[in-house]
Amino acid sequence: MEITLKTLIFYGFALMTIGSAFAVVTVRNIVHAAFALMVTLFGVAGLYVFLQADFLAATQVIVYVGGILVLILFGVMMTSGRLQMRIHIERGQLILGGGITLALLMLLLTVIANTPKWKNLSDDGTVFVPTTSRIGKLILNEAFLLPFEIASVLLLVALIGAALISRKEIRD
Amino acid sequence: MSEILPSSFFIQIQDASGNWASDFVENVIIPKIPHFPVELGTVLVMIACAGIFVAVVPLLPLVLVLAERKVAARFQNRTGPMRVGPWGTLQTLADGVKLIFKEDFIPPQGDKLLFLLAPYVIFACSFAVFAAIPFSQEIIVSDFNIGIFYIMAISSVIVMGVIMAGWSSNSKWSLLGSLRSAAQIVSYEIPLGLSILTVIMLVGSLSMTDIVATQENGFFSWLIFRSPFTFLAFFIFFISSIAEVNRTPFDLPEAESEIVAGFHTEYSGMRFALFFIAEYANMFAVSAIGVTLFLGGYEGILPGYDFLGGLPGFVIKTLGLVFLMMWLRWTLPRLRVDQLMNLCWKYFIPISFFNILGTGIWGLIFKTDDIWSIGISCTIIYVGLISAYVIAGRVFSRKPEPQASSV
Repeated sequence: MEITLKTLIFYGFALMTIGSAFAVVTVRNIVHAAFALMVTLFGVAGLYVFLQADFLAATQVIVYVGGILVLILFGVMMTSGRLQMRIHIERGQLILGGGITLALLMLLLTVIANTPKWKNLSDDGTVFVPTTSRIGKLILNEAFLLPFEIASVLLLVALIGAALISRKEIRD
Repeated sequence: MSEILPSSFFIQIQDASGNWASDFVENVIIPKIPHFPVELGTVLVMIACAGIFVAVVPLLPLVLVLAERKVAARFQNRTGPMRVGPWGTLQTLADGVKLIFKEDFIPPQGDKLLFLLAPYVIFACSFAVFAAIPFSQEIIVSDFNIGIFYIMAISSVIVMGVIMAGWSSNSKWSLLGSLRSAAQIVSYEIPLGLSILTVIMLVGSLSMTDIVATQENGFFSWLIFRSPFTFLAFFIFFISSIAEVNRTPFDLPEAESEIVAGFHTEYSGMRFALFFIAEYANMFAVSAIGVTLFLGGYEGILPGYDFLGGLPGFVIKTLGLVFLMMWLRWTLPRLRVDQLMNLCWKYFIPISFFNILGTGIWGLIFKTDDIWSIGISCTIIYVGLISAYVIAGRVFSRKPEPQASSV
């Protein structure tokens, strides 16, 4: 296989993703794990760029790193004052988790094995087309309008529910 | 080679003829060293350009810190730094040299790895934002098709660095500061994003150069005057971005009188300087984004003339916004936490949603930007401002003066 700059950068991102994902599951300190997850999510965003999904890459960073990960850390910091917060793993969890992971691995391997040879879009001279307008049209014009609207209403309901639960009761 | 990939992750200084870096390699390096690999050469040229960029941008804080101190001095009727260099102009340089030689103290009870990493996360993110800012027609590091979205994504990572710094210091002040900062940045990202969305709705593109290109017909084609809703959105954007960069009146994360210095309490020496540089670089970056989105970017004031356009015009407009931030800092007192959250969730977010609805209707009524739409928009803005002034005057003058609190 010809080694080009692109492949080098790709393997860089792949290594970054896998290495930090390994750190996420092996590190005992939960905050360290959360920050390793940040690197993983960045790596996945980089891989999205290689799949020519530019909008998805930025969304990945903005939603997962800027939103969900911050929420996780916020929760950890609010609930534990200690610096060394360690994860305790029990035998039952280990077996259950291992089983589920193995099943997932088998599923993914089956998918990879049954997929015909992957075509690299950029190899046959296909020019990169921005995805934003296509995503927008699909969501608002064609097949995905209903799921999109249902998801947004669901999120709104969740938002109102969260506000209602966390609100301080004021009665007078 | 790089047109194969989306241009993200490849730094390219662009000009009209396309990829500057590979052209440079083919025209300059190849004639001298015939068998030099083009790809490697391109990467080296790109890295060199990025290096120049990373070296130049920290000079901004050098100027801005001095400007801040001088502005503060003016506001408080004193002279500010006067000793180092003529009128104290070399004061920041002296401070920087001093900070380099200070001890780099690491709290022994803290989390060493994260403590060392945190300044770099913040520094890298605040500098990565500059990659998508168009300084002029030629000077843009990379013209992504998702420019503004990329900027929002990258700047949302800064909060991770803040949390990292606050948590790893193992200090109550730091932790409180970083928690406040996280809450504030995550909250104010919503009105910020929504007000950017009004601009994107009118322009129909996420690319920074496309956004500037629609404002090329002088002062009245600037997006801030394009509709009454973008006018409103600009102010929400500006105030939210002040909150995003943690400056007074939203400087709760580093409130000196309450929590020492917030998330960077435990930092010293050059690591503290990195936070400091990042803060001023952020300030410049959000002002530059504001100028690009609402105030015409690098386009001039008059249609057809280059007056106040290009790089000088862009920098002048941006520094104007930076000055406004400094002005606010030395004029307004700090908000309380509940006031901060009220302002965001009860006022800015509903107004932003109203803005989006209004912009959608505006876009339906005025399909193109002709003299009529801009004229009507400016009239509405004018009438709105006058009536807001009058109403505010009536409301606030009727209120009786609050009684002096019981002694």
